[in-house]
Amino acid sequence: MDHITFLVGVVILTALAFDFTNGFHDTANAMATSIATGALRPKVAVLISGVLNLVGAFLSTQVARTISGGIVNDSLVTPGMVFAGLIGATLWNLLTWLVGLPSSSSHALFGGLIGAVWVGAGRHGVHFDVVLEKIILPAVASPLVAGLAALLATYLVYRVTSRGKESSVDRGFRLGQIVSASLVSIAHGTNDAQKTMGVITLTLISVGALAPDSGPPLWVIASAGLAIALGTYLGGWRIIRTMGRGLTDIRAPQGFTAESSATTVILTSAHLGFALSTTQVCSGAILGAGLGRRLAEVRWGIAGRMAIGWCITLPAAAAVGALAAAMVVYGGTVGTIVVALAAAAVAAFIVIVSRRNPVHSGNVNDENTVTIRSRAAKANI
Amino acid sequence: MAPQIPAPPQIRLAPQDRSALDWSGLGEVTLVSIGATVGVVFVFALGVRILTRRDESGARPRLGGGRRRPSAPARVVAGLCFLTCAAAVAYGLYLIVPQFH
Repeated sequence: MDHITFLVGVVILTALAFDFTNGFHDTANAMATSIATGALRPKVAVLISGVLNLVGAFLSTQVARTISGGIVNDSLVTPGMVFAGLIGATLWNLLTWLVGLPSSSSHALFGGLIGAVWVGAGRHGVHFDVVLEKIILPAVASPLVAGLAALLATYLVYRVTSRGKESSVDRGFRLGQIVSASLVSIAHGTNDAQKTMGVITLTLISVGALAPDSGPPLWVIASAGLAIALGTYLGGWRIIRTMGRGLTDIRAPQGFTAESSATTVILTSAHLGFALSTTQVCSGAILGAGLGRRLAEVRWGIAGRMAIGWCITLPAAAAVGALAAAMVVYGGTVGTIVVALAAAAVAAFIVIVSRRNPVHSGNVNDENTVTIRSRAAKANI
Repeated sequence: MAPQIPAPPQIRLAPQDRSALDWSGLGEVTLVSIGATVGVVFVFALGVRILTRRDESGARPRLGGGRRRPSAPARVVAGLCFLTCAAAVAYGLYLIVPQFH
């Protein structure tokens, strides 16, 4: 392990930090609707989701073989660029969490890497055709497919159960939701912990600490799994509120159809080799479930904000990644330290700002929107 | 320490899939996703509906009122519905866990 230099150590720590934000950013995907409909109490929901993410991380370690899935030319990637890309992704995740915006952690990671490689290795290091095929197309298609599936299923559910007593119907679907939400969680663990494991493993291989072709060592699997599970357990309550309450007033049958359609889309596309964002699939499914009930139950303002957020996630993370890469490539160790400290400062600032109007397990269902300023804070300014 | 390590780090190449957009794959995902979702949800809803049938408020009021448990055949059908859903969940887990394939 004498190959582990300062830079590699920083990359590993940053990767775990990203993994952590990935976890709490994405708790909402699996659990927002269950929390909103009361199928699971908030604390129980995040505990189940956290444990299943950890289980998922251990179950599947086969995908963690490439850093980027061919989006950038991996042979040109240095640990410094990986570090810069991770910084971009992590900061974007924190910022979107602050405003309660469910955005894709995968897009943030890819964006950060694209920006870092573009600056560090030149434009030819980025495969834009692969970006189109593997990111843009699934990003447009997958929420639509999940939304359509959830819409049809929701419409059907309300037709089938229309004459049943609402309270008992809801009870049945709440039980179903527990299963469907758990499946989303476990699928998330198998997919997203992979990315961090892949990044750490390939960085170790690149400096010769691991033999080429070796899989992730146990400590990498365990630390990546724990980071994402801990993040999931702490819960991105701001995003849970937006997804569970903001998009539409979701009821138990809709929560069940939304989670079922999200699970099927994730599983079918993974089976056929499409990489996609869990966040976008779940948001699309929730929108579809909202439309399926009365065809007009969706708050389009919030949906529109989310769509804009999706469009800028990749470029924004790329911009931060590019800036960080410039510092690292031209600034050497000093630049790396400056970037790390600056990122830590920005992260701390975001956390402090979030305290002004905190969202937690106790008040997550109280309102529909996430605001940054509370009334008291406004008075202070 | 310079970020450019003397021996250029060879982070392994990803398999480069440069094929054109895979429209038929996309169509397949769309059809299978919608079919599977609607199917599973329909069967589950059917099960829930059967079990709650006698509770419905819109039905003709029964003499003596009160809640009645669903008949035995109805419960068997509902059980089959939920069993079908459980099978779908098991298949989902099978797809998620690579050790099973």
